[in-house]
Amino acid sequence: MATPMVLAEAVHKCYGRLEVLRGIDLSVAPREVLCIVGPSGSGKSTFLRCINHLEKIDAGRLSVDGELVGYRQRGDKIYELPDREVCRKRSEIGMVFQRFNLFPHMTALENIMEAPVRVKGEPQKVVEERGRSLLARVGLADKVDVYPNHLSGGQQQRVAIARALAMQPKLMLFDEPTSALDPELVGDVLDVMRGLAQDGMTMVVVTHEMGFAREVGDSLVFMDGGVIVESGNPREVLANPQHERTRAFLSKVL
Amino acid sequence: MAAGERSRPEAIKAIPLRHPWRWVSAIVVLALAAAALYTFATAPGLDWRVVGQYLFFPQILRGIVVTLELTVIAMVIGVVLGVLLAVMRLSANPVVSTVSWFYIWFFRGTPVLVQLFFWYNLALILPHLSVGIPFTHIEWVGTTNQIVSPFLAAILGLGLNEAAYMSEVVRAGIISVDQGQTEAAQALGMARVRVMRRIVLPQAMRVILPPTGNETISMLKTSSLAYITTVAELFYVQTEISNANFSVVELLVVASIWYLLMTSILTFGQYYLERYFARGSARLLPLTPLQRFRRMLFHFHDPPPVGPFEPPPIYPHHEDRII
Repeated sequence: MATPMVLAEAVHKCYGRLEVLRGIDLSVAPREVLCIVGPSGSGKSTFLRCINHLEKIDAGRLSVDGELVGYRQRGDKIYELPDREVCRKRSEIGMVFQRFNLFPHMTALENIMEAPVRVKGEPQKVVEERGRSLLARVGLADKVDVYPNHLSGGQQQRVAIARALAMQPKLMLFDEPTSALDPELVGDVLDVMRGLAQDGMTMVVVTHEMGFAREVGDSLVFMDGGVIVESGNPREVLANPQHERTRAFLSKVL
Repeated sequence: MAAGERSRPEAIKAIPLRHPWRWVSAIVVLALAAAALYTFATAPGLDWRVVGQYLFFPQILRGIVVTLELTVIAMVIGVVLGVLLAVMRLSANPVVSTVSWFYIWFFRGTPVLVQLFFWYNLALILPHLSVGIPFTHIEWVGTTNQIVSPFLAAILGLGLNEAAYMSEVVRAGIISVDQGQTEAAQALGMARVRVMRRIVLPQAMRVILPPTGNETISMLKTSSLAYITTVAELFYVQTEISNANFSVVELLVVASIWYLLMTSILTFGQYYLERYFARGSARLLPLTPLQRFRRMLFHFHDPPPVGPFEPPPIYPHHEDRII
C-alpha cells in the first residue's frame, strides 16, 4: 500500500483546559478527496490547521507523506523542527481559508507570485507564466492586475486557490472555502475545486456543502465534540447515517 | 409592459434651497478674522521692515538647514529604533519584550527638555567615554565633551525620545493587521521575518503613516528645544540675533514664518505618501489638496465625493480561529 498523504493517529489538541481534539484517527490516500463535516466547534478546522502545523498537536501522531508534522523522530525521542524546516513543509501544502486572506496590498498576480518567487526562489518569468495560466484556469484571466478589494468574494476565493496552487503543492487543505460567500458565488468556487479533484489533487475539505461532498468526495468523516463520530463513503453516510448524532445534524443541514 | 422596460423618467429639476444663514455666518467669521489679522499686522511695536530684513538673513537660512538636519536625523533614528522596539515589544521572548517596555516607559515618562539637558551635560557624570573589548587591551577612549558635541547631544535627546513614541505608533500598526494575513503567509511557507517584512509591515504602513507625519511635523517644532544644547538651529539663531538687536518679536515672527512654511510642505508631502500606501485598500482615492481646493471654489454645493479611508479591519473573524 502506498504511503498515505495524511495519517492521523490519536491526535489530541487542547486550548488551555478545553480539549478540542480528543483522539482523531484517519488516513487520506494520495489523490483522495476527504470531506470533513460537522457542527461548528466540533474541531474540524483545528484539525485541518494541525496538518500544516499552524496549530501544534499535544498528543498522538500526525504525518504528511510519511513525515511527522512539526517534529522529527530519532530513536524514541521527538525533536521539534526548526522554523526553516516547518516552512519548507508548509510550502508543499496549499491552504485555502474561509476568509480568503488575500494580501490586499498586492494585485491578484502579485499575490500568486509572492511565495513561489520569494520562498522557493523560482525565476520570476516562469512563475508569472504559471500565475497567468492559473488565473485563466480559475476563470479570472482578465483580473491579473486587479487588487483583491475590487474583486467579489467568489473571485477572491478563486485567486486564493490559484495562489495556493502556484506552489505546486502535493496536498490541498480547504477550510470552509464557501462559507463566507453569497450563495450565487458558491458554484464558481466549487467548480474550480471539482476540477482540481478530477486532476487528481489530494484534498482535505472542511465544508458544509453536502452536495459537493456527495459528488466529489471519496470519503467523508463526521466530527462532533473533537472526535470522529462516523466515517465512510459520502453517498452512504449522507443517505444512511448510522449514528443518532449524525442523523440529527444532517436532518438540519440537508 | 414589465417594470424594467419603462422609460426612465425625467431627472428632477428642483429650485435649490437657499441658505441665507450660511452667508451671514461666513461674513461674520471673515470679519472677525480680518479684524484680528489687521490688529496684529498694524501693531505699533511690530516693525515689518525688520521682519523683511531678517527673513533671508544668511544666519537664519543656515539655522533652517540645521533645523532640517536635526529633524531628519532624529526622525530616522526614531523610526528605525521605533520599529525595532515595536517588534521587540511583540516578541515571544519575555526578556526582550520587557526591555522594550522599560525603554518606552522611561523615555516617554520624562520631558524631552530634561533629556536634552541630560545629554548636553553627560560630561558631568561621565567625563570619559571608552569602547573596548573586555579582557584585551583594545580600547578607544575620549573625553565626553569631544565625543558628544552639542549637535550629537541634540540628536540623542530628540531621536531616543522619538523612538519611544514611534514604537507605539508602529506597534499599533502591526496589531491592526488581520491575523489571517500572517496565517495565510505562513501557510505559504514564509518564515517569520519575511511575513513581517513583506506582508504585515506594508499593510501596517496605512495605519503607521498618518501619525508618523504628525510626529515629523511635531519634531520639526520640538527641534527648537535643542537651542538649550547651543546647536545653531533656527530658534537658537533667532534668539542670538534678537539678543543683539532687541527686535525680539520681529525675529520670532521670522522664525514662525519659516516653521509654518516647512510644516506646510511636510503636510503636503504626507498627503501624497498616504495616497500611495492606500493603493488596493480604498476603492476611490481621496482628493488631492489641489482637487479639493478647486472643488471648494467651483462646486461647493455638491456633497463631498469621497469620505476618508475605511478603517482597517481589526481581527474581524477571530472566532473561526478558536475552534
